[in-house]
Amino acid sequence: MKHFLILILAALLLMPAAAQDDMADWSCPEGYAGQTLSIFNWSTYIAEDTVPNFEAACGVTVNYDIYESNEAMLARIRQGNPGYDLVVPSGGTVQRMAEEMLLIPIDLEMIPNVANVIEDFLAPAFDPENMYSLPYQWGTLGVGYRIDAFPDGINSWDDIWAHAGNIAWIDDRDAMFGIALAILGYDPNTTDSGEINEARDYLLEHGGNVVTVAADDGQVLLERGEVDAAVEYSGDISQIQWDCECEDYAYVLPGGVGNVWFDNMAIPVDAPNPELAMVFMDYILDAKVGADLTNYIWYASPNQASIDSGYIDEEILNDPTVFPPADQMASLFVIIDKGAEAEQLINDAWDELLIFLGA
Amino acid sequence: MSAQALVNEGALRRNRRVKRLGGLGLWLNPLVAYFFLWAPILVLVLFSFNQSKSVASFTGFTLQWYSNILNNVVGAESAFSTELMLNAFRNSLFVGTIATAIATVLGAMIALAMARGSFPGKRLLDGLLFLPVVIPEITQAISLAIFFKVAFDWMHLLSGERMFPGFHTIIMAHVTFNISYVAIVVRARLADMDPTLEEAASDLGANPWQTFWRVTFPLILPGVVAGALLAFTLSLDDFVITFFTSGVGTTTLPVFVYGLLKLTVTPEVNAISTIMMLLSTFLVGISLALQGRGASQS
Amino acid sequence: MPTALWLLVFFVLPLVIVLVVSLMSRGRGGVAQLPLTLQHYERTFGVFSIILWRSLGLAGLTTVICLLVGYPLAFFISTRRRRIVQQVALFLVILPFWTNFLIRTYAWRILLGDEGTINGVLRALSIISEPLQLLNTQFAVLVGLVYGFLPFMVLPIFASVERFNFRYVDAARDLGANETRTFLRVVLPLTMPGVLAGCALVFIPSVGAFVTPDLLGGTKGLMIGNLINNQFGGSGNMPLGSALSIVMMGVVMLSLLVYVFGNRRQTGA
Repeated sequence: MKHFLILILAALLLMPAAAQDDMADWSCPEGYAGQTLSIFNWSTYIAEDTVPNFEAACGVTVNYDIYESNEAMLARIRQGNPGYDLVVPSGGTVQRMAEEMLLIPIDLEMIPNVANVIEDFLAPAFDPENMYSLPYQWGTLGVGYRIDAFPDGINSWDDIWAHAGNIAWIDDRDAMFGIALAILGYDPNTTDSGEINEARDYLLEHGGNVVTVAADDGQVLLERGEVDAAVEYSGDISQIQWDCECEDYAYVLPGGVGNVWFDNMAIPVDAPNPELAMVFMDYILDAKVGADLTNYIWYASPNQASIDSGYIDEEILNDPTVFPPADQMASLFVIIDKGAEAEQLINDAWDELLIFLGA
Repeated sequence: MSAQALVNEGALRRNRRVKRLGGLGLWLNPLVAYFFLWAPILVLVLFSFNQSKSVASFTGFTLQWYSNILNNVVGAESAFSTELMLNAFRNSLFVGTIATAIATVLGAMIALAMARGSFPGKRLLDGLLFLPVVIPEITQAISLAIFFKVAFDWMHLLSGERMFPGFHTIIMAHVTFNISYVAIVVRARLADMDPTLEEAASDLGANPWQTFWRVTFPLILPGVVAGALLAFTLSLDDFVITFFTSGVGTTTLPVFVYGLLKLTVTPEVNAISTIMMLLSTFLVGISLALQGRGASQS
Repeated sequence: MPTALWLLVFFVLPLVIVLVVSLMSRGRGGVAQLPLTLQHYERTFGVFSIILWRSLGLAGLTTVICLLVGYPLAFFISTRRRRIVQQVALFLVILPFWTNFLIRTYAWRILLGDEGTINGVLRALSIISEPLQLLNTQFAVLVGLVYGFLPFMVLPIFASVERFNFRYVDAARDLGANETRTFLRVVLPLTMPGVLAGCALVFIPSVGAFVTPDLLGGTKGLMIGNLINNQFGGSGNMPLGSALSIVMMGVVMLSLLVYVFGNRRQTGA
């Protein structure tokens, strides 16, 4: 009898724990089995098991395609959404797409895990009511370099411009122009054609050592020794630092001039299965799933629950490359939507830059 | 006189030397050319067995990259998995088979019409058939991309239904560039054919239908098969046009490989390339053997 | 005629649409809109002309190199006396060609890289101390193009040499012509159709190449095909992309006219 009581007591004690454990494991709402979700995401931007786990939990099939720049994704959706349910645009691009009615409003009721998002990341300037988007990950754009190629380190962008070895830039026109504009003392989001052209000429003048404008694969070029430094997103550089288990590479925001960006999940117009896309958003915002994402791709998490729960590796939480300290954040610029006219100015200037860089 | 003879002798010797050099050149050129053609492939195969991820030096023999592919543990980048690759391969076979079937029928039909019929606009049609072969791939690719966009927009306006690009758009594009190749191959065969055979058949009382199935078709069959094989190969290998006309979940093998080469260059790529080369060598070998047997039979 | 109809709908109509789009203005998002304008052609012949010329130059050079390498090679293959040797020689040219084009191009990335095979060998032999910049140059694109399209040159020339009757050479010799004269007056003219076909088959895809410069060229080896691709991707300007392709197609058509004209003169002579 006594044993029986102890058993019941133990069971009672264990129950909440078991229930809590269930809560940590995200469970898929009923009724989606057999459906298909088509995701269009950046390259090297998801954990190995994120998609397979989702497929298993919901009994669905996921088509997963990758892109290498906001512009490339935007062009694809503008030409008529070929059938994607979920895209991952950065802040300014969310604004641009919303304005052009390329996004479908999301139903926050369907996404209870919104409660996990860090408060500062809700209702951002580019989407003030979270009508179209919820945060995915965030990070910075700076320079990844081989330490032995820069014995004195990199203290300013001039060190990159003046380097005698090969350099790779990145096919992120807003960020590249933003850097040049910031150095020239202009607003990185300027819409003035004179300033944009001045930035173009500045980049041309300092691009003599650029061998390629990489499509978000700068870290691969660095790893293969094709370049000494690559303008890249923070996490991509952290990924190779971690991969090689060596001290060969470093990431820097030269002189504090760099871009900080916030990527978001959004549903493009004409998406065949927007509901399942919202289920996926909820899945990503789960504390454990979100933490796994950061643990694998080394980008910063906008998920308070992931951070508080201790699911994110201590090492990553304390890594200034992944989570830049507040004083550094202050000097970085954010890209906003500059309107149709400035977009065309920048596109034309970027074409000209590409043409004359190799001439 | 003797001076003249000496000069002659010298000229002759020089001539011989030049000839020997020329002969050497004639040997050297093919050697260099073959080296040029094969060196990259041999290097690729060699480094698929290299222990180090670097391609600068060969540090040791390993089958690691092959076993990674077979065991599906390539996890450095989620863009690669054996499952995705096999899926892309299946997509390629699917597109290739259907596009080849349609293009072969359409191509053979027009080849017959061009060879046997005479009708207004034949010269124009001749030019039209030739064009898809010589037009730059990227021009054809973007023209189809814009065309499908415009067509889908119109259909959306008219019916309210939204269509998406997918296998059907890729297949239509592949059929378009394949028709000409099939037609050219079948026409070559028809040109070699003796037209009196058909006349004899109809003189003997066969109707046109019988003449076609009993006489013409068996005779052009090798041409049709050769055309279909060519179309299938082109379809399997096409990247640019597929890239511009594909939809979601329709990744073919070349599109998949492009993604690997462009964004996630891991040593497994060398191993996959080697496997793909072995596979195509095997297929070419089979088709050549079949052709050889066909030739010796006829 | 279902085939003619198919080609009209899926080949001619799309090209007509491209022509129309190339004359329209750029709307937001790069789509085409009215009014009609010639501004994209102005831009094509303006800032884009450098790349246009580079593409033509690289394609021309590719054709010349393919001819210089391919002609003797085709001759070598077709003059093998034993049939099996000839077949193997031909097979060895065709086989690499059956490998996926992307992979063949990628192989050159391994060879040409700073830490690639060529630099590795040269360094091991102490010929150089610093790596040569081979990858991401126009040279790399040229090598890639020659490699990709050489069989297009060899096969038509091989076919025409096969048809060539070598008794003509004996006849010319008997009549006192030296080797150079025999080659220039007899062999070359009679194999000219193959040479012309080969040149056209190499030049045309080289002008519009996209994959080769994309994988090997970097900023310095950018070609017109990359810029067209950009207009349909990142730079989002369909009308400009269309104008670029129309101009490129015009260049190809011109070179085809040269081919047809040359062929006619050959067969007429």
